[in-house]
Amino acid sequence: MSLQVSELRVYYRTLKGDVRALDGMTFELRDGEILGLVGESGCGKSTLGKSLIRMDGRMRRVGGTVTLDGHELPIDDDRRMNDYRFREVSLIPQYAMSALNPTRKIRRMVTELLRSRGTALDTAELERRMDQVGLPREVLDRYPIELSGGMKQRMVMVISTLLDPSLLIADEVTSALDVSTQKAVARALLGFRDSGYVKSMIFVTHDLALTHHIADTIMVMYAGKLAEKAPADVIVKAPRHPYTRLLLESLPEVGVRYTERRLEGIAGSPPSLLDPPAGCRFRDRCPIAGEECAQEPPVAELAPDHHVACWKA
Amino acid sequence: MLRLDDVTKEFRIGAFGGKSVAAVRGVSFEVVPGEVVSLIGESGSGKSTIGRMILGLNPVTSGSITFDGLPVRAGKEYYRRVQGIFQDPFSSFNPVFKADRVFTMIKEAYYPSVPGPEWAAKVEESLRDVRLNPGQVLGKYPHQLSGGQLQRLLIARALLLDIKLLVADEITSMLDASTRIDVLNLLAELKVRGLSVLYITHDLSLGTYLAERTVVLRRGSVAEMGPTERVFGDPLHPYTRELLSAVPRLHETWDDAVPVETCLYHLKGGTGGLAEADPGHFVACAQLETC
Repeated sequence: MSLQVSELRVYYRTLKGDVRALDGMTFELRDGEILGLVGESGCGKSTLGKSLIRMDGRMRRVGGTVTLDGHELPIDDDRRMNDYRFREVSLIPQYAMSALNPTRKIRRMVTELLRSRGTALDTAELERRMDQVGLPREVLDRYPIELSGGMKQRMVMVISTLLDPSLLIADEVTSALDVSTQKAVARALLGFRDSGYVKSMIFVTHDLALTHHIADTIMVMYAGKLAEKAPADVIVKAPRHPYTRLLLESLPEVGVRYTERRLEGIAGSPPSLLDPPAGCRFRDRCPIAGEECAQEPPVAELAPDHHVACWKA
Repeated sequence: MLRLDDVTKEFRIGAFGGKSVAAVRGVSFEVVPGEVVSLIGESGSGKSTIGRMILGLNPVTSGSITFDGLPVRAGKEYYRRVQGIFQDPFSSFNPVFKADRVFTMIKEAYYPSVPGPEWAAKVEESLRDVRLNPGQVLGKYPHQLSGGQLQRLLIARALLLDIKLLVADEITSMLDASTRIDVLNLLAELKVRGLSVLYITHDLSLGTYLAERTVVLRRGSVAEMGPTERVFGDPLHPYTRELLSAVPRLHETWDDAVPVETCLYHLKGGTGGLAEADPGHFVACAQLETC
């Protein structure tokens, strides 16, 4: 087991009270596994990604533990986490454009970054990895502004995996890119895992179709809780949770025409996490909700590796 | 109704505008009443520039854009019939004012003589048309509403004007999967009622869902255009194939595009402009080595 998260609760402190963005998440990630994390905006998927590497000032761990390769991560101790960041846990942020220092050429920036971690730059290795994602070597002597969005994204990917972290968090890395660039970036991520640059990866996105192409396992989150987690094919072909099913039905695919098959969105909106309702949080929007849904459904393993939090599943 | 003829747009760049870059090159197409046309292209293809030129926000460098036979002239008369909605709903509203101020502004500019109660009824009706509950959205500030609600408010605002054409520039790209489909279905319903929509997007699946006709743009010029089911069922241009193969799909694996062997453009005897491969289906030169 590379990563174990158990009963993790992370709340945001606001003037109106605690926003329960993560409310008891438990899951595991094996070595070499890519976990796709999907859900609507505000479901807590980015909060989960952030909690594993750097909590911002408003976030507070209320309970639970995170264990990576047998060590418990001090996720709420910003200073002690520094020993793990970049070496053990690394992040590819959503906006690569703003992740690169605009006043430095790429080579100098990478050198400085590595020096701050007490390592020297291995140019041969860096160039080898750049070749792998299809970046020309001249990029090193350019300023970030001279690169296109896809190039910047790939450069950030190379930089954040330079120290071979155990866990890589990719937060919506492809959502600002065109389809063809998106494909190149997604394939590069797979290449990183296959070459052993990263052991395991959490791929946060709202695009189920894209996740299906990359991830081994897909985890669907709803309102701060786990809804369903299963191998990617199972989620797509035989989902058990009503939320996953509705989410899949609302996906437009190339070739689906309005006149032939009308897709439906999910009625209603997610509950406020400031004071979430008791019981199943999807109850109000669920077409098959019943009496028992007033009680909170436990996460049950219905089949090997298929975890679902629903009474009706 | 809307007609673009050989439209070209050049932007001046450099410190003193010494250089120029062509964002749109010789684009011609037409939108007829009650039709949804999707304009598909990647970043830098000029799709938004075309939208802005149709809305009269940028002048054309050469060529012409006509609406009902008259050249586009930005002004009240034109905006009564043509409206645009853009990508980021949060930047379309002034955060200082309540969101429903967009309706009051329409009243002040276009219908100053309509009495208050009658106007309020009209606003409520158009809100119901976009499936919003008036009680839930009126009197709220933009930050109190969701992206989908704001985007629908803007559509409701456009409907108050009795418009004929809506230019929708990436209007769903900031919305969640389930809200996205609600907004698309809404556009489809409006289409049935006779509204034309120019749907600008980089997402092929969203474009095909609604549109009868598709225009694929590449680096400022049209690569392929025609009926949606022809363009995506039987893509002729290598660029269209490349785009299609890059779209992640649920039940298929990511395969690589099948290369195009012969250039249909030259095969059909194309010289300048687009060649008609089959009725209504146009293709540009594939730029193969043999071309």
